[in-house]
Amino acid sequence: MLKQIEGSLGIAEAVALCRPGAICAYPISPQTHIVENLGKMVKTGQLQDCEFLNVESEFSAMSVSIGASAGGVRAYTATASQGLLFMTEGIYNAAGLGLPIVMTVASRAIGAPINIWNDHSDSLSQRDSGWLQLFCESNQDALDTHIMAFKIAEEVGLPVMVCMDGFVLTHAFERLDLPSQEQVDQFLPAYEPREFLDPKEPISMGAMVGPEAFTELRILQQRKMLKAIPIIERVTKEYREITGHHSGGLLDCYNCENADVKLIIMGSTVGTAKDAVDELKAQGINAGVISLKAFRPFPYDEIRAAIGDTKNVVIVERSFSYGARGILHPEVSRAMRGKDTNIYTAVCGLGGRAILGTTIKGIVKHCLDGKFCDELTWFDVDSKVINSYLKDAEGITLPEGPLPESVLLDTLQKVRA
Amino acid sequence: MLQIRLHGRGGQGVVTAAEMLSLSAFLEGHFAQAFPSFGSERTGAPVVAYARIDDKEIRTHEPILEPNAVVVQDKTLLGAVDVFSGISPDGYAIINSAESAEVVVPELVKKLPAGHVLTVPATDFAMQKIGRPLPGAPMLAALAAATNVFALESVQKSFQTRYPGKVGDANAETAALAYEYIKNLMNGGNNA
Repeated sequence: MLKQIEGSLGIAEAVALCRPGAICAYPISPQTHIVENLGKMVKTGQLQDCEFLNVESEFSAMSVSIGASAGGVRAYTATASQGLLFMTEGIYNAAGLGLPIVMTVASRAIGAPINIWNDHSDSLSQRDSGWLQLFCESNQDALDTHIMAFKIAEEVGLPVMVCMDGFVLTHAFERLDLPSQEQVDQFLPAYEPREFLDPKEPISMGAMVGPEAFTELRILQQRKMLKAIPIIERVTKEYREITGHHSGGLLDCYNCENADVKLIIMGSTVGTAKDAVDELKAQGINAGVISLKAFRPFPYDEIRAAIGDTKNVVIVERSFSYGARGILHPEVSRAMRGKDTNIYTAVCGLGGRAILGTTIKGIVKHCLDGKFCDELTWFDVDSKVINSYLKDAEGITLPEGPLPESVLLDTLQKVRA
Repeated sequence: MLQIRLHGRGGQGVVTAAEMLSLSAFLEGHFAQAFPSFGSERTGAPVVAYARIDDKEIRTHEPILEPNAVVVQDKTLLGAVDVFSGISPDGYAIINSAESAEVVVPELVKKLPAGHVLTVPATDFAMQKIGRPLPGAPMLAALAAATNVFALESVQKSFQTRYPGKVGDANAETAALAYEYIKNLMNGGNNA
């Protein structure tokens, strides 16, 4: 059914269609509208047989989700930014316990300085938590991915984070096609936990495991993650057949045939980039977009196939690792091991700075003009802001334009000397 | 693709107006998108919201820097914010004012085609029918009258869908006043 609604409401409707048994909520921008809407649906009876719990913190939101899931019901929660960090201890536990919780992360920067706007530093901070992490390029993609996430989580036996760009998607009013309850019921059977806490037959979950078996348990956890790759592919196929929606998957390629450069992008920038590469095509410039949907598990083989023999790849990253470089870059490099592909990272769009069509076109032209000199280049940087500090403090002035890492390193020569 | 930027102040329903604009276009079978400029919203602070209308899927999520139409819900923004920044040479501007466009924005009137810069006393209409200074519905109706991109009935229906009952109906009546006002203005005042 077609509706013109806010992304957050679309997600709430999608989650309700999945018939969760417990929803635990603690508000934090830009996720709040999702759980607010779900709370209303439980209150009005649109969503039945569901416990909606308001708690006093994100730590409790994750703890209650763990308890509900261990108790044998389908559990959902949502968070962002500092809230995600506050629940981190529980996040790792949920994965270790193999609980198929689905959680929306309305991706947002992390403070300090405080910033409520979108980038990927919150979701990517949980890279090693053992959760599946699925990124969404549009509200339709996010809506569909939430429905698929429950099935993937339950088949794999691991929790899933559905990562959608905060504000850019959550607060955008767009045309959304909601599947019917019948379609979702056909796709997603009633939840039947393999193992759950039952007072009549008490068991223990998450008991202590010492050095004699801890490594082996971690290997089993990694095996589940690897199992998730074909499961994501199959579940996506099933969902697409039922709904006709082209959403989800491990990755998606746009204009990739014979592309001279391919961009790898996660999230809402993909749509902007598709328009930008269409404009470039009209100028005779052939650039492709690889929309990376699954970040964990990372689809190494599929990325290698999607890049193919293309010589130049730029990863547009909306976060980075201090003291290192881009977070996606090492993954793509691993995927391309043994091939002479030039792989670069363009960091932009931090803390809500908009990634424009001109940003994307600039990155493509920068690459095709052979101007990428380092692995990492910062784009859309206002050097004046940096210089206003560095010039007084250290007598250093940075140039305008894209800022390669080597330029930053050069400024340190003076400090060393 | 038609790209519209709406300016106003916190509390005037700017974000709602953008959403209702997208809903109006949706009701007529178009693809539409609306989103706010995200900030720490507070009453009275300048607020920007965006809307796009197209006949194919709207994929971009960048803010609108080169609008085809600018809607200014609060005249006091004119000196404070560059509300017409990037406006296309054949674009439209609708300003909430009881004074004529020639008085309010003489430079812009010279810059854009005749009949593309229009003022409408939207707050006055809102006070008459809604009893509160919420100029969203009349501003959208004025845009509809000026551009013919969507119908008055769609603006009315979108507000009535969002606010069923008295509030929605009052918004619909206010919209009708503004629509007539602009149509009359464009007709050289001959509708009266």
